[in-house]
Amino acid sequence: MGDETAPDEIGPKRMAMVEYLKLGDDPHLVAYVCDACGATYFDRRNACAACGAREFSTVRLANTGAVRAFTIVHRAARGVPAPYVSAVVDLDGGGRVKSNIINIEPTPSNVSLGMRVRLATYVTATDDDGNEAVAFGYEPEAA
Amino acid sequence: MSNQDPVWILGTSMTKFGRYADKDLIDLAAEASLGALDDGGVTMAEMDVLAAGCLYEANGGVGQRLQKQLGQTGIPVYNVANACATGATAVRTVMMAIKAGEAQMGLAVGVEQMGKMGMLGADRAARSDKQVFQRKGRFGSVVGVEGRLGTNMMPGVFAQAGMEYAYENDGVGFEQFAKVAQKNHEHSTLNPLAQYRKAFTLDEVMSSEVIAYPNTLLMCCPTGDGSAAVVLVSDEKLKTLPREQQRRAVKVSASVLTSDPWTEGCQVQPDVNTLTRNAADAAYEDSGVDPADLDLVELHDCFATAELRHYDNLRLCEPGGAGEWIDKGGPWRDGEIPVNVSGGLLSKGHPIGATGVANLFEVATHIRGEAGDRQVPDAKVGLAHVIGLGSSCGVHILERSGL
Repeated sequence: MGDETAPDEIGPKRMAMVEYLKLGDDPHLVAYVCDACGATYFDRRNACAACGAREFSTVRLANTGAVRAFTIVHRAARGVPAPYVSAVVDLDGGGRVKSNIINIEPTPSNVSLGMRVRLATYVTATDDDGNEAVAFGYEPEAA
Repeated sequence: MSNQDPVWILGTSMTKFGRYADKDLIDLAAEASLGALDDGGVTMAEMDVLAAGCLYEANGGVGQRLQKQLGQTGIPVYNVANACATGATAVRTVMMAIKAGEAQMGLAVGVEQMGKMGMLGADRAARSDKQVFQRKGRFGSVVGVEGRLGTNMMPGVFAQAGMEYAYENDGVGFEQFAKVAQKNHEHSTLNPLAQYRKAFTLDEVMSSEVIAYPNTLLMCCPTGDGSAAVVLVSDEKLKTLPREQQRRAVKVSASVLTSDPWTEGCQVQPDVNTLTRNAADAAYEDSGVDPADLDLVELHDCFATAELRHYDNLRLCEPGGAGEWIDKGGPWRDGEIPVNVSGGLLSKGHPIGATGVANLFEVATHIRGEAGDRQVPDAKVGLAHVIGLGSSCGVHILERSGL
């Protein structure tokens, strides 16, 4: 599920921070879906944890969904800026994903359960060769 | 014996939980083990099997190191690790040896020395400053995901587990979660073995430092040191022992260990509910005990948000009614079903490997009527629950002997 710029291009690259994020003009997530039972996964698979089948297809997931759970992290892991909002999002049409709620003030009054959100991307880190890692988060759909 | 015969707790003990800079892991395990042997009126020489649970020294031969202090009798030793269910897994290992007919008596000990370890569950250590992105791991990530793609550290994971319950049910919010911590801190004031014994008002709980909203500092369990042990005995062997030992023996009416079955999204945010429900339902089925029969419950309140969900998972309240149940005082020590009268993990402490044995100590001590100031009056039957992420869940139901 790699998504780098072609290797023969000159200069720094823009890279999705995880392989299940696809960049380009229309950033979106993809998932491995079990051909037998439809269970979805983001990680490289050996077999399906739900049914044991071994064949998977790659599908595009929706960019919109609803916040199913959230927390506002104040005491974060070392090196992680805080506070920030972590959330579990139920995507429209299926699939569940965890990421940050971005482009809001991280306070309880600005996030609500069931809140409609949409995917947004941003550069989260740059390496010593100038390559940029692009992360995804979710922002309020109403914004 | 047939494997339908019950297994019994003959002896049990725990250290006070806390921080022991002047003791090592084996000192703690030895104190609990010798305490349990003395309590049961037996010796290491009579043990047919030893299981030692310890998470952070899982490859450290803890069982054998303990034998080298207490008695090298040549019996089989199992060193087990199973996240926060490590202690319960040690107990089950001895249970299985007895049920299989390989042992008549065995010692299960759980121990941990964590000190001030800080928050658990960060996905990896910080990378060095000098770096060129390379895809690594099963997600093909080029930078660490913790804090970028949400949080997987324990306070936040369990905060999200609680908020998911609030999403699905009415009458659940910050205040209901905070009441859990208020209750457990209050309960701990009666327990001389608790790491902390200080009561706080609801307002103090809610206004303490936010760790991962809605969990404040007082809604998160501490790290710490401690150990707990049980001596288990077969039904056949127990009946050969003196009357007093039989009278104090506590029946293990159910002992269940589950892992998490696949559910939607469970690899994104751990599902701490399905495996708990499965374990509880199997334990109620095996024992014939109904939730309404329970005189006390010790459940895995690693965070206040977790405890509230487990009222529902363990069928202590009406489905979806955990918020209402705590609002009406159901889990307080004078309520409908007292939950965590020990102070729970939130205040008694959570030395990981010891926790799943310590909750059996607590329930057994009440059933024997030996719990002192914190005694639940006339307790006859109780349930002990632990869950470790990954996931693993242990549920035990204990009953008064009647022998």
